[in-house]
Amino acid sequence: MPKSKVFQSFAEAVADIPDGSTVGFGGFAVVGMPINLYEALAEQGSKGLTCVSNGTRGGSTMPSDAPTMEWLIRNDQVRKVICSFTAPTRASQKLVFSEYYEKGLIEAELVPQGTLAERMRAAGAGIPAFYTPAAVGTELAEGRETRVFNGREYLLEEALPLDYAFIRAHQADAFGNLRFRRSQRNFNPLMAMAARVTIVEVEEDILPVGAIDPDDVHLSGIFVHRLVKIPPPPEGWWPQRPAEVAKQEAERSAR
Amino acid sequence: MSDGAKGLTRQQMCDRLAMEFQDGWIVNLGIGIPTLCSNFDFGDKQIIFHAENGVIGYGPLTGAGREDLHLVNAGGQHVTLHPGAAIVNHADSFGMIRSGRIDVTVLGAYEVAENGDFANWKMAGQKGGGIGGAMDLAACAKHVFVAMEQVTRRGQPRLVERCAIPVTARGVVDLVITNYGLYEITPEGMALREIAPGISVDEVKATTGCNLSIPREVPPVKVRG
Repeated sequence: MPKSKVFQSFAEAVADIPDGSTVGFGGFAVVGMPINLYEALAEQGSKGLTCVSNGTRGGSTMPSDAPTMEWLIRNDQVRKVICSFTAPTRASQKLVFSEYYEKGLIEAELVPQGTLAERMRAAGAGIPAFYTPAAVGTELAEGRETRVFNGREYLLEEALPLDYAFIRAHQADAFGNLRFRRSQRNFNPLMAMAARVTIVEVEEDILPVGAIDPDDVHLSGIFVHRLVKIPPPPEGWWPQRPAEVAKQEAERSAR
Repeated sequence: MSDGAKGLTRQQMCDRLAMEFQDGWIVNLGIGIPTLCSNFDFGDKQIIFHAENGVIGYGPLTGAGREDLHLVNAGGQHVTLHPGAAIVNHADSFGMIRSGRIDVTVLGAYEVAENGDFANWKMAGQKGGGIGGAMDLAACAKHVFVAMEQVTRRGQPRLVERCAIPVTARGVVDLVITNYGLYEITPEGMALREIAPGISVDEVKATTGCNLSIPREVPPVKVRG
C-alpha cells in the first residue's frame, strides 16, 4: 500500500521544500489560487525560490492582507519570477514585486500568457521545446531562435519543468483525482503536469477513492502527490465577495 | 483618459467596433476599454465571448452579492455563463487562440503605427511589463481591433508612423477606434473612415502622427438607434 497522499496540515505538506526550488503557483485573478499554501510556504521560509505564476499578486476577491506571492517577496524568499505580468496593469497600482525588481533584488522573466501555459504543458507532456507565433517580431524574441514553417515565422520556446506545483481544487479523491469548479481550472492542471511534486489545497472534504466518476476527473491523480483539506474560515483562507473585501479594506484604512 | 474628453465616449467607441462583429464570431475582449464591447445589443447575432482563462461563452457581469466566486473573465470581473458555455484549461484556451479560432480580439493600446504594428505592454522607460494574453491574441486572431484615446495625457498622437515603444505584434491591426474617429489600416497605410460628431478633419490631422488618407467626404461615426 503506497503512502497516503492526504496530509493533515499545510505546514506538513510544504515542510521539505528546499532552498532554490522552482515552484509554480496556480490560479488566475484569485480563482484557483493556492492562498493557504502561500501562507504555509512563507512560514516554512525556504529561500532562493523561482516562482512561476501568471502575476505576482491576487485580485479584488481577497483583502490586501491575504497571502499571495507578495508574502514570499517581502520575506526575501524569492530569487526570480516567471510571469506574464511583471508590471501593474494600471498606472495607479503599486506592486510589492516592483519595489524589489527596480532595486535589482529579484530577477524576472516575462512570458506571453499562452507561452507560459504551453511551456508547462510541454514539460508535463515530455516535449522539450516547441515553436509558437506569439512574440515574433517583438523585443522578447531578440537574439533568439526562430524558424519559418509554411511561410510563417515562429519562435522557439523551451518546456518549463517545476519542482513543485501549488494548486487549489474543488474536489479530490484520496488518490488525487481532481475536479475544478468554473474558471478555477486555468493554469492548475498544467502546473501539476509540469511538476515533480504537486500539492493541492482542496475545498471540499477529501472523497474516498472511486467517489468521482472516471469521466468527470479533470486531472488524474497520477499528477498529484499531496492533498490538504482547507479548514473553514477564519482558520483557512477563502475568497470573498468584492463588497465584503472593500468593507474590510475601508475598516483597515480607518484604523 | 476620461469620458470628459472630446468626441466619442468610451461606450460609443466600443459600440462602433461591436457593430463590425459578424453573426457567429468568437470574440476576445482585452481588459480596460474593450470590455465595454460586451454591453452592445447584438440583436439576433450570436456572439460568443472567449476569455483567456478558459471561459467560453460568458455573459453579462453579475450584480453585487450574486457573484460566483469561482467564475471570472480575463479581466477578473465576475460574470455569468450563457447556455452552452464551456470551461477549458489555459493550454486549451490558448490553443484556440494560436490555431486561429478567435475571429476578433479587441485590445487597448498606447500606440498604433500606420503599418499595423501596435504597442500595449510596456510604457516608455518602464521596467517589466504586462503582456498577459495580448501577444498570443495579436499574433493569431483573425482580426485585431484597437480601442484607445486619440492622444496621450500630454496631448501626443497615439496614431504614429512607427511605434517608439516596444511592440506587441507587427502588421496585425485592422481597425482602430478613438474618441476622434474610426481608422482602417490598409496595404497603403492608415485611412480615416468615419469621424466623431463635433470633431473636424483639421483636428484629426493635427492629432495624428502619420500620413492619413482622408476621403473628400468623411461620414460620421455610425451610431445605433
